[in-house]
Amino acid sequence: METRVGETFRKRLLVFYIPLFLFLVALLFPFYWMLITSVKPDFELYNTRNAPFFVWHPTLSHWWQLFQNTLFTRWAWNTLCIATASTIVSLFAGVLAGYALSRLVFPGATSFGIIIFVTYLVPPTLLFIPLASVIAELHLLDSPWALILTYPTFLVPFSAWLLMGYFKTIPRELEECARIDGATRLQAMTKIVLPLGMPGILSAGIFSFTLSWNEFLYALVFISSPQQKTIPVGVQSELMKGDVFYWGALMAGALFGSIPIAFVYSFFVEHYVSGMTGAVKG
Amino acid sequence: MKASPPSAVTTTRSPGTLTSVGASARQRSSWLENEAVLGYVLMTPALLLIVVFIAYPFSLGVWLSLTDKLVSQPAHFIGLRNFTHLFESQIFWTTVWNTVFFTFSATVLKAVLGMWLAVLLNRKIRFARFIRATVLLPFIVPTVLSGLAWVWMFDATFSVFNWGLRWLWQTTEWLFNADFGYFRGPRWLGDPAWAMFSIIMVNTWRGIPFFAISFLAGLQTVPSELYDAGDIDGATGWQKFWHITVPLIKPIAVVVIVFSFVVTFADFQVVYVLTRGGPHNSTHLLATLAYQLGMGSGNLGEGAAVALFMLPFLALIILWQLLYLRKEGSQ
Repeated sequence: METRVGETFRKRLLVFYIPLFLFLVALLFPFYWMLITSVKPDFELYNTRNAPFFVWHPTLSHWWQLFQNTLFTRWAWNTLCIATASTIVSLFAGVLAGYALSRLVFPGATSFGIIIFVTYLVPPTLLFIPLASVIAELHLLDSPWALILTYPTFLVPFSAWLLMGYFKTIPRELEECARIDGATRLQAMTKIVLPLGMPGILSAGIFSFTLSWNEFLYALVFISSPQQKTIPVGVQSELMKGDVFYWGALMAGALFGSIPIAFVYSFFVEHYVSGMTGAVKG
Repeated sequence: MKASPPSAVTTTRSPGTLTSVGASARQRSSWLENEAVLGYVLMTPALLLIVVFIAYPFSLGVWLSLTDKLVSQPAHFIGLRNFTHLFESQIFWTTVWNTVFFTFSATVLKAVLGMWLAVLLNRKIRFARFIRATVLLPFIVPTVLSGLAWVWMFDATFSVFNWGLRWLWQTTEWLFNADFGYFRGPRWLGDPAWAMFSIIMVNTWRGIPFFAISFLAGLQTVPSELYDAGDIDGATGWQKFWHITVPLIKPIAVVVIVFSFVVTFADFQVVYVLTRGGPHNSTHLLATLAYQLGMGSGNLGEGAAVALFMLPFLALIILWQLLYLRKEGSQ
């Protein structure tokens, strides 16, 4: 909306700039707090007198401690591999299902669509206890495969649902033309619809990647040895042991666990947003 | 259209190249030409995942909830005893009430604040794209990690909030030259009421961006002529909001709220990181109670029963959503 004619600066300040500023401060303050805590020396951290909002003697010792004395780099590598693999698995299944449900007429298609929608809304917290037994039966406990195979349970319905909506926007005529020119159904899909659907697939992919990177419950339940953990579980369980919390190192862990995903996100903001809003609209 | 078809297509189609390989390829492509067959083939990977990792665990969960299964012990069928046992326990009913209260308050707060932020972001401002991207950060970053930052901000001794409040307190003392006594500040995670307030606050903080950006997408589809018409009729800002904006973004709002309701209802991370259900089991949600019983105490049967208790609530909301979508679709 344009700034309205006749709106005074004072009114604009009151109804617009100040609320927006407060929103930004409230939403971003925890990240500032991670950063400032991670570079404060302990004598500044555990001190209730001085203003805690600034650092007077910045130090990198907590960062050093995080990378030297903990398994953080190992967790980062695990998280990256698991998130990438589960995203690929989910995209594969999600693209095929999304295409079938948006383009093909076959008996049961509607019920499959409803199944996908219902599973999309089934939260992981409903199933984690029996799923742990299934993972144990498959001898996958404490293996990255436990997560690579279970993350798709919430990623595939999401991707399929998002891509169904996206594929529907690609004109059917393009596919029909290709078929008249002699392409098989499969070729019409792989050569026409998938390339044109690339932005949608990218959205689903980037969204799936961030969801896998952030997943906590399954990683907490299925993985037990410190070497196999992902960042969220590793930082939470291994750095918070005992009664004394090393807040400097903990916040460094929170910071460095967040930076990679924020970095990836910064390149794909538009895709991420269209994935988010697209999945809502269906 | 005279676009030349890909060469691979012409070779399989031309009769001259019907070698045995060509024949089998042709046969395969011909049964994939059948829409029903292709449909089932394409659905297979997704359905396989759903059957093995959702449908089967679900039925296993129902079975577990009817047994006295403990970790690494054989299960015995005990009928509905887990459920009757739960219904007699105080903690269970506290948890059910907590879950309803938490979900309801957090969803309302997220919807109201998210709407407000969306309206603010819908203005033409400098750095609009950058601000929108930044606003989403709480939603992008792993909840557990930002949750840890909140734990530190709520720390019993070094809470930054209490530091700020104490500063305000002392400044007021100094201004009025009075002595109000020593300022303690709320025990954010140590007192049951404040702990509930804190987890609602963190869940809201994390969810506002999702609401704001989804609502913003809705706002951007509202034609500005409608607001101009409202201006001509002399409508105030509030009137325009209630009579133009709200009705037009209602379809998106309903879906966003339902979606968030489900996710909030099943929340685990915020409570697990901030309070572990404490103090004295006063902030458990169904998910964290299920975890404590199933994974903490190893009582898988009872844990599964608690988790299953989410189902009726979720089923109602999903059913309502399906009917709503169908109604919208038929219009």
